[in-house]
Amino acid sequence: MPTSWNRLPRVTHARLIELQDRNAGLPDTDSPLLAWGNGRSYGDVCLNDGGTLLLTQGMDRLITFDRNTGVLDCEAGIMLGDILRWCLPQGWMLPVVPGTQWITVGGAIANDVHGKNHHVAGTFGRHVLEMELLRSDGERLLTSPTVNAELFAATIGGLGLTGLITRVRLRMIPANNELMLTEGIPFGHLDAFWELNDRIGGEWPYTVSWIDCVARGRRLGRGVFLAGRHAPPQPAGVRLPQWRDHSRSIPFDLPFSLLNRHSVRGFNALYYRVARSSGRRLQHYQPYFFPLDGIRNWNRVYGRKGFYQYQCVLPREHAREGIRALLRRIATSGQGSFLAVLKTFGDMPSPGLLSFPRPGVTLALDFSNHGSLTHRLFADLDDMVSSAGGALYPGKDARMSVTMFRRGFPQWERFATFVDPAFSSTFWRRMNP
Amino acid sequence: MNATPRRIVIFGATSRIATETARLWLARGVHLVVVARSPERLRMLSDDLSIRSGGLAEVDAVAADLEDLDALPALWDSLTQRFDDLDGVLIAHGNLPDQARCESDSQAMLRAIRVNALSAMTLLTAIANDFEKRKRGVIGVIGSVAGDRGRKSNYVYGAAKGMLTLFLQGLRNRLHGSGVAVVTLKPGFVITPMTQDFERDGLLWARPEAVARGIVQAFARRRDVVYLPWFWRPILWVIRMIPEPVFKRLSL
Repeated sequence: MPTSWNRLPRVTHARLIELQDRNAGLPDTDSPLLAWGNGRSYGDVCLNDGGTLLLTQGMDRLITFDRNTGVLDCEAGIMLGDILRWCLPQGWMLPVVPGTQWITVGGAIANDVHGKNHHVAGTFGRHVLEMELLRSDGERLLTSPTVNAELFAATIGGLGLTGLITRVRLRMIPANNELMLTEGIPFGHLDAFWELNDRIGGEWPYTVSWIDCVARGRRLGRGVFLAGRHAPPQPAGVRLPQWRDHSRSIPFDLPFSLLNRHSVRGFNALYYRVARSSGRRLQHYQPYFFPLDGIRNWNRVYGRKGFYQYQCVLPREHAREGIRALLRRIATSGQGSFLAVLKTFGDMPSPGLLSFPRPGVTLALDFSNHGSLTHRLFADLDDMVSSAGGALYPGKDARMSVTMFRRGFPQWERFATFVDPAFSSTFWRRMNP
Repeated sequence: MNATPRRIVIFGATSRIATETARLWLARGVHLVVVARSPERLRMLSDDLSIRSGGLAEVDAVAADLEDLDALPALWDSLTQRFDDLDGVLIAHGNLPDQARCESDSQAMLRAIRVNALSAMTLLTAIANDFEKRKRGVIGVIGSVAGDRGRKSNYVYGAAKGMLTLFLQGLRNRLHGSGVAVVTLKPGFVITPMTQDFERDGLLWARPEAVARGIVQAFARRRDVVYLPWFWRPILWVIRMIPEPVFKRLSL
């Protein structure tokens, strides 16, 4: 049963259809369609209750790759991790990777994902040169920034609603090897984060900060600034960091959440202490970009009731006081978990009509599902995000209000004109009651 | 002996499990000959494999209708003439028939037996003699846990895979000592297009990549009978132990 990553909401689909052949037409069904890649988005953008899910993982072939220019043509169901495995040894890297490699290229486009290099590279969609879109009227349309440009802009960040993405042409970036030069710099409070971010953020192509969302008072917003860049060519004969897939999975849903006030506090304190001593080092790209991929089903630690992720972006002019207010509210609630992430977005415009990243700062945290307690906290956070002129990330959302969506994505009405009439999702119906 | 073959033919190479297996073998430097019905899907597969290997791999594609039993001995002959160093075969083609249809239509039932058992056995007859003469090689065939005991929900498919299992048992016995390994691969529930109409929920469902890893390992270790994943072995042991007077009442 396909779910989203936070396992909320639980919905039933009328049909699941595995796609294998990118040249085949859309299946004949009378229920609304939606592509489902690997279910790593949160909430309901990848769900379609009562409808049909088109499972795209069988459409995972590479089509052409130009080893001189780094231009890759591939089917949309291939996962980023599957691309990284062969492209890095050949000297190429994906231009943008989010916090997990287990998402499909189609999903990366549909949510216009961002990575630690947003301030220099922008979103994933910026590196898409061309896409083929299969529409329910039988048309197979080539779209690019110059051909069917409006449909292209609607499809990037378009939550899979503009038709089925079958093939994608991407521009990769060169990389010398599979190594990253990384540095972890601790900061004792929020002001120190801003100072650090302004001072050295621009020197590193990849930056992200982990925040101790439990710390309060003078320590509010303490954390670790994690910076990285691709390593230069390495001298021969030197022992280099290796990586082997030792990933473990949590085989079943725990009956209750392992995360509570005490375990989270302990984890955060420990992480802060360990990260403080990390300094500058060479690291394999896997643990640097995808630390959580080491535990394949980490979502199960939240137990049967599932969890929420809250990810917002605040425009730059209100970022400082906005983030402070959000963190203070979260710290006093005692509900935050160990995955609090703070990252500045750069100025590069996102190409999609519904793209989430915009100049400013984004904060993301996971929360165990404590029912109304959690929802009351979210309502307060929503007020703060709204008054700062911010937005919530649809790809991480299971509960935002229609007003919040429309305010955060003012182009939603224009976007709606590009939605394929045969496509829909639980999220889209929730936003268009 | 512990060595993966150097050049492997995969029959039914465009299936999910076979494709994943081909990608793993390729990463280990194995030369591949991929056989399937659709020339277009074969070309898509070989392009994919070639890019993954950085253009270094040797992948040859041969389109053939594996349900045309009369043509299979000649197909094998042409393969051995083109590739004189073949030392591995993976037979992966087959499909899940509609059990209800097979109960009402004997032609549908016979087709299911042909594609899931007779086709592989026809190929194996030619392959076995050839490998026996050369005194080396690994022959792996994808059977199924469904072949371990007949059940009302899919006994036609089960009968075909069961026939294949028995055939492979005998062949393994015959080729023992000849240097040729015969590997029976028995996947359980795998998330592939073949099983899209099932409720695919729960711990028993495996991803095709995991099954492919098991196949690669079974070839390298020249195993006899492998359940994929391993936990199906004790499950099927229990299922086989249930006395028939009890079993016939069950809905498993």
